[in-house]
Amino acid sequence: MTAALGKDLVGLEHLSPEQIRLILDTAEPFKEVSERPIKKVPALRGKTIVNLFFEASTRTRISFEFAEKRLSADTVNAAASGSSVAKGETLVDTARNLEAMRIDMVVIRHGSSGAAQFLGERIRSNVINAGDGKHEHPTQGLLDLLTIRDKRGKIEGLNVCLVGDVLHSRVARSNIWGLLKLGARVGVCGPHSLMPRGIEDLGVTVFRRIEEAIEWADVLNVLRLQLERMETGFIPSLREYFRVFGVTLERLERAPRELTIMHPGPMNRGVEIDSRVADGPHSVILDQVTNGVAVRMAVLYLLAGGKPELADAAKRGGGE
Amino acid sequence: MTRPLLLKGGRVIDPSRGLDQTADILIQDGKIAAVGVGLGPPDDAEVRDVKGLVVSPGLVDLHVHLREPGNEDEETVATGARAAAAGGFTAICAMPNTDPVTDNQAAVGFIVRQSLRAGFARVHPIGAISVGQKGERLAEFGEMVGAGAVAVSDDGKPVVSGHLMRTALEYARTFEIPVADHCEEPTLAAGGAMHEGLVATRLGLKGMPAAAEEIMVARDILLAELTGGHVHLCHMSTRGSVELIRRAKERGIQVTAEVTPHHFTLTDHACEGYETHAKMNPPLREAADVAALRAAVKSGALDCIASDHAPHAYDEKDAAFDDAPFGIVGLETAFGIAYTELVQGGVLTLPELVARMSTHPARVFHLPGGTLAPGTPADVCVLDVTARWTVDPAAFHSKSHNTPFGGRQLTGRARLTLVGGKMVHEEAPAAR
Repeated sequence: MTAALGKDLVGLEHLSPEQIRLILDTAEPFKEVSERPIKKVPALRGKTIVNLFFEASTRTRISFEFAEKRLSADTVNAAASGSSVAKGETLVDTARNLEAMRIDMVVIRHGSSGAAQFLGERIRSNVINAGDGKHEHPTQGLLDLLTIRDKRGKIEGLNVCLVGDVLHSRVARSNIWGLLKLGARVGVCGPHSLMPRGIEDLGVTVFRRIEEAIEWADVLNVLRLQLERMETGFIPSLREYFRVFGVTLERLERAPRELTIMHPGPMNRGVEIDSRVADGPHSVILDQVTNGVAVRMAVLYLLAGGKPELADAAKRGGGE
Repeated sequence: MTRPLLLKGGRVIDPSRGLDQTADILIQDGKIAAVGVGLGPPDDAEVRDVKGLVVSPGLVDLHVHLREPGNEDEETVATGARAAAAGGFTAICAMPNTDPVTDNQAAVGFIVRQSLRAGFARVHPIGAISVGQKGERLAEFGEMVGAGAVAVSDDGKPVVSGHLMRTALEYARTFEIPVADHCEEPTLAAGGAMHEGLVATRLGLKGMPAAAEEIMVARDILLAELTGGHVHLCHMSTRGSVELIRRAKERGIQVTAEVTPHHFTLTDHACEGYETHAKMNPPLREAADVAALRAAVKSGALDCIASDHAPHAYDEKDAAFDDAPFGIVGLETAFGIAYTELVQGGVLTLPELVARMSTHPARVFHLPGGTLAPGTPADVCVLDVTARWTVDPAAFHSKSHNTPFGGRQLTGRARLTLVGGKMVHEEAPAAR
């Protein structure tokens, strides 16, 4: 445990700007570890970590696992299907069983908002939220912040617009909190049927049309449109969605200034984003993925009690 | 027969007769024998000095869930009736969403028998509107009324079909019973876990908009007007609902409505931190709704206060917010919350509160009680409105302890509860 971040990382809403900056700064020296031929430092040697994924995930789970392994932790993966969860075990029983095994950290992804906090309140281990329902996905928010900072040199004063299904997006909520705390202006743009009630009261600007958002923004973070939203009646068709809200090359060409394009993945090419944009020169989508590992290493390191000022030494093997 | 009982020197409040004065009450043969100043007790009478206390008609709760049959681990008719007595209630109305559903005369008769066997507060069954609460065809109102049902409701679920609601209101007229509806437009509220608003947005929880309730309130009012039936609207939670009811009453439509202590006390902020004890349906709303509900309790747009006592096992609430069931227990906190929030809060006088927790609900469902008139059954409650206490869920008589009010400081609680002249609850003055 460390006072730097508290016991758990459940979201960015309750972190201070200093804590967020601390994570980003701690991630910087860890970036280099992944560039080495031998991608391993001993910072978390002897620590046991469970990656508990109640929802399917490829990118986030692999990213966490690499972050853990590159810090030399012992990791175990558990997925919902085929586990005791599929047999009807409650979350509280899962928590108690993990506790009984004396693990040090739990990375949890769960379909219910609040699940990570629920677990954190019931076990002594550190809990890291890898996405809970529609609530938050803090490490995604952090890696987005790091990527913006890398690309644009700062966050403060930038106009960042989240585009798409904000209603169902935990990525959107973590981005909103993180960006606002670091002094960016935040916009959201999408069909009103996919905007949560009272979103403007969080201090964000709502754009009705994508053209207005593009004119305003320095950064567009294009959210994934889950295909089932059409079936559940929030939008009439993916075809029309792309036509009205799609981030296309033609639209970007009219941008008054340099635009950075982000996407948390996985992308639906031709739905929320044009392939030519995703693969184009303004896209930092793969940098986001690279930064994901470094940010998660930083979070794991800090929650495990690592000293921020020793992160650089830690990666050389002298930390702790 | 028990000895006659003289309650001496209390502040007697009987809204049914506009009475609020220091007086004695003589209870004999299970009935109120006399109310007056300086009553001479019969030789064998037990005399209780209730100076400084309030003597009122027993409280009446039109809306409780007793979980028997089906979930006796959470509550039974007996434990619910015991909890009611502890809360000052002498009569409670049990909703039919049991397992199996209380939708026929045998099932209604079972509740009545369990209640008589328990012998605490009277338990009046409410029969289902539709067979199995499936919303398809009418249950047998006539036979259920014959077995003791005092109203019909599919509570827990809304009556989705406008046609079924219309027919129920028409058919219920024969038996002069109200049709109580849980107002929720199901396609708008589907999957919702709390009030739709900023808190839900921040927590990432699906909200239920106020309009989901108000649409059904409006529909039910229109159908009551169409049919001439009596619609009773359960647990009203929004300012829009209150406004619709106010206007309907002005037009003389037969509509009555209830509000719970939690809806006029708490807002959706109680759900912060994913507090599952604040998860209920209808959900806790916003401050403006709370203010409108309070004003409507005063004005009479809302007729009565009902607890919507909804017991759940502790481990059911120990879950992620989406997975936890709706509802909280309320029988043992209702009066304390209402007194603290409404009387101490300057909304109601004490006689007005007694009217809304006793006389009015009895009138709405045509129940005996709600009065201290001589010759009526002695359903009486002695209230201590100076008692300050802290809610301790572990001390509840109810089998379940799911309440968001644990640890809350309240003023006012029942000291004695008498049903038909029989003492069913007694709380020592020093208690807690």
